[in-house]
Order: sequence, then structure tokens, then C-alpha cells
Amino acid sequence: MDSEAAPTAETARGLPRLSVPHFIRRLTPERITSLALIVPSAIAVAVFVYGFIGWSALVSVSAWDSVTPDYSFVGLDNFKELFNNFRFQADIRNTVVFTLLFVTSCLLIGLFLAALLDRHVKGEGFFRSIYLFPMAISFIVTGVAWRWLLAPRSGVNLLLDHAGLGALKQDWYTDPTVVHITSDSRLGEALHAVGLGSLASPHFGIPLAMISVVIAATWQMSGFVMILYLAGLRAIPEELTEAARVDGASEFQVLRRIALPLLRPVTLSAMIILGHVSLKIYDLVVAMTQRGPGFATDVPALFMVETTFQGSHFARGAAISIVMLLSISVLVIPYLFWSLRREARV
Amino acid sequence: MTLSPTRIAIYTLLFVFAALYLMPIYVLVVTGMKSFTEVGLDRMWNFPSGLRFDSFQEAFDSLSKNMGNSFRMVIPATIASCFVGSINGYILTKWRFPGSDIFFFFLLFGMFIPYQSILIPLVQTLQHIHLYGSLWGLVLTHVIYGIPITTLIFRNYYAGVPTELVEAAKIDGASIIGIYTRILFPLSLPGFVVVAIWQFTSIWNDFLFASTVTSNPNTQPVTVALNNLAGSYIVEWNVQMAGALIAALPTLLVYVFLGRFFMRGLMAGALRG
Repeated sequence: MDSEAAPTAETARGLPRLSVPHFIRRLTPERITSLALIVPSAIAVAVFVYGFIGWSALVSVSAWDSVTPDYSFVGLDNFKELFNNFRFQADIRNTVVFTLLFVTSCLLIGLFLAALLDRHVKGEGFFRSIYLFPMAISFIVTGVAWRWLLAPRSGVNLLLDHAGLGALKQDWYTDPTVVHITSDSRLGEALHAVGLGSLASPHFGIPLAMISVVIAATWQMSGFVMILYLAGLRAIPEELTEAARVDGASEFQVLRRIALPLLRPVTLSAMIILGHVSLKIYDLVVAMTQRGPGFATDVPALFMVETTFQGSHFARGAAISIVMLLSISVLVIPYLFWSLRREARV
Repeated sequence: MTLSPTRIAIYTLLFVFAALYLMPIYVLVVTGMKSFTEVGLDRMWNFPSGLRFDSFQEAFDSLSKNMGNSFRMVIPATIASCFVGSINGYILTKWRFPGSDIFFFFLLFGMFIPYQSILIPLVQTLQHIHLYGSLWGLVLTHVIYGIPITTLIFRNYYAGVPTELVEAAKIDGASIIGIYTRILFPLSLPGFVVVAIWQFTSIWNDFLFASTVTSNPNTQPVTVALNNLAGSYIVEWNVQMAGALIAALPTLLVYVFLGRFFMRGLMAGALRG
């Protein structure tokens, strides 16, 4: 590659948005080199991300159900089977419950800690580092530690006992209970009367064991939200909050009426990041609870890996992965558009 | 200086939360220092009877090989990731081409995908090119799937380098490579540190690729070995806890000494660089 060629007056003039014919006229050796430098990455991503997604999609509509590949086309059969599969139905329920609880608790705790730290605290860096350090640890370590902390006969339950709060003791991740509306309850009958009777079933319940996983995940990721909110709070002009305080607003009102509306982009970013983490949560569940009692803590990512690599049900595994990908895409693609557009405006 | 009740409340809350966040580490350290006879479900919070490191020794003996594997995987993958990201970031900021925004969009999406959706083809491909089950297969995997985040961080970083500097060098006859090696690269140290820490931490902590691309215990990284250790009913608690602490130590040390840079990587990952 002739990278040492003398630059022309054309390349020296700067490179704002170019139309294509213009661009080709300017296809100097330098530009060719620049493209050559990015092409390897482009090919790698094209093949390993998009090519492989396409390949997985192909597997998901195939009959491949053993160690030997079989690409005969079966349409959407695998997906239909999947959505009728008891385990996958539990997975969907668990993912929804986990996502709602995990995202909410991370946002609340993260905002709370950021608001505390924003009050000109001495040793801010020290506290910040402590709240954030779990982010540097692997989910496997987190899972191993919290499995012991939430062991029913030890850990947190023991502390509750010592504190005289034995009544609050839980079975944590060993609890098979799925809290749901029973069909013979008054609410269940009311739902039945308006044709929503199917809501009164464990399919739409809250598996209590999942709460343990939420606690561990929140421990790991809430510091991240704190950092985002703290940066957001620091970007709010002091005069704005001072003026409100002078007018007699309480700290809570300042946060609620002034800071939170201005922090909306931060909240959105945090929700997307946390949401996409929870839709693909895997390691933590593997190390901490696995499927849980009656699939109470099972998640699609775990089902996918087990059914594919232990059960050799490749087509079914691929179908699960495509469902995961679609659910994450719905969340992430609008967000990417939004943040790249916002960036372009700045 | 006296503290007002509000200040006292703030500091109390901060300390309570600090204690909550440190609680798991306390349990890891304390349990790891206990002997087998001292470990009991009902004695989790008790101090150990003395400073004993037998459990750490035992855990280290069973994990040391995998720690070595992790290092042999993480170091080359991190170095390669840094250079790939740096070059991409350079081109995407200083040598923009038609469609580079769309290209960047497609690149970024790769950061968010659930890796399950590429796992079957990945394993097939690695088997085909005889890298399945080897550390080099993992290195390749991590470098490729690290392209989006490393490019993003360097792109944000190089956006802060004045374009006039590059333009001036072009007028002076510097080549594209020359501008990189003489202007951008020497300014890149902080960018390299952020990316290196980010990649080191996430590759070290990875479990999905590590457990599906390697199957032989002799080549498995430490996260997989730790999960096996903790999943085994014959290994005592104290050893499991000690093992968890050992496996977390490298990334924890990086965090303690270079936390500032770790934070910058996190912010970039949230697309708010």
C-alpha cells in the first residue's frame, strides 16, 4: 500500500460529508489506505455478528435436533413448540419479573446514592469506589457469594435471627412459591367474569425465588446507575437548584421537580442498559441458583445453553436465541438511533 | 465544626450502604480464613479463630492452572483489542467515509446482542478452523466481539483530539500511517488504559464463551473452574469462598489502583462518553 504518497490539495481541505461521486474523485491512495485499515474489522463484524445471526436464524427454522446438523426447513415449528413449552413459558415470566424488579431497584438505589453523594460529602471518592466495586467482579463470583449469603439456614437469615427479626426470614432461592391470583379468589373470579381468567394462573405470578437473584444483581449493578446519575446531577446548573431551595423547596422536592426531569436521558440510558443486561442474564443464574425449584429461577439464556450444548437440540436452542435477540433489539435499536442522533446534534 | 442532624443522617446512610456493599466481601474473607471444622451454617458471621490461609492455599492449588489460562487468554486479547479499537477509532474520527455513521451504528449493535444468538455458528466455525477448545479460540472470540466497545471508546477519545492537528500534518505531507504513529498514538495513552482495563475486566469475568468454547478442564479459564469448584458438593465452603476471592483478585486489584479509568470505560459503555 502506497501510504507515503504526497497529499493532494484535495485531501488537505478537510473531509466534511461527501457525496459518493465526489468521494470517488477523491479516492486518493490515502483514502484507500484508510479503508483498508477498517475493512478487517468490518469483515469480522459482518461475519461474526451479522453472518452468524443469520446462520442462527437458519438453524432456528431447521430440523437440527441431534449432534449431526440437519438443515431441512421446518418453518416456524420450533418457535411454536417453544412457546408451548412449559419451561420456556416459565422463562418468559421469570424474565419479565426479573427485569421489572431489577431495573426498578437499581434505578431507585442508584439515584438515592447519587443524591446522597451530591450533597458535598467528605470522602465522596471513597464511598463511590465502595458502591461501584461489585461492577469489577464477575457474575460467577457474585453468584457464589450470594448463594451462601442467602442460604436458608445461614447468612442473611442468621442476621435477621440475631436482630430479633426472625419473622422476616425467607426461604430465598429455595422457595418454589409462585405468588399469583388464584382462580377461586374474589379477584380471580372478577377477572374470569371479564374474560381475563387466564391471568389468574402461575403463568402470570411472581416466583419468590427470583427475588434472591434480583438482590444479587442489584448489589452488582446499582453502583453503575449511581455513577450515571451522579454525572447527570453534576451537569445540572447549581443556580437552578439553589433558586428552588431559596424559594423553600425541600431536598426531596428539588430532586423530584427539578433534577429528575433533567435526568430523564440518564434514566433512559440506565433503563436500556440494565434492561438489556437482564434480558440476557446468564452467569449469575448459573452460579447462584441454576433452574431453581420448578424452574422458578430459570431464564432463556440458561435454557438455550443447556438445550443446545447438553441436549443437542440445536434448532430449539437457536430459536430461543433468536427470541432473545428480538426482544433485545426492540429495546436497543431505537435507543441507538436516539443516542447517535443526539450525538450528531451536539 | 458541628454536624447538623441532616449531615449526620447523610453520613449514617452512606456508611450503612457501604457496609451492605462490603458484606459479601466480608463473608468471603472471613469464611476463607476458617478451617473446615470452624465452618458452619450457623457461624457464618463469626470471626475466624486466627489468621489461617490453608483454604486459600487449597483453593489456589486447584485454581492456579486456570488462573494461568485466564492470564494467557486475557493478555493477548487485551493487547490486540486495544490496537484494533485504536485504529478503528482513528479512521472513524479523522478519515470519515460515506456511510461511516451507518457503519458505526451496525458496529455498535454488536455490543448489545445476546451472544447466545451467535453461539452455535461460533462453535461450529471454531471447530472447523481447529480453534475450538483452545485458548487462542477464546482470544479470537474476545477480540472480535470486543470490536464494538473498543472502537466506541477510542472514537469518543479521538473526537477530542483537534482535527486541525491532523489537517496540518496532512498539509505537511504526513501519511495516514504517519499521522497515526506520530500524532494520535502518542496522545492515546489514556485511551489505551481505559480500553485495556475494560477488556481485561470483561474478558477475565466472561463465563459464557469460556464455558462453551472450551470443554477441557486443562484449558478452561478461572471463571469456569470456580463455577465447577462451587458446584461440587465435596468441596467445603471455606475453600469455595477462598476460591471466589482468588478468582476476583486480579480485576479487584485493577479496580483499586485504576478505578478512575474503569469508570470512564463504564460511562462510554452507556454511550454517554
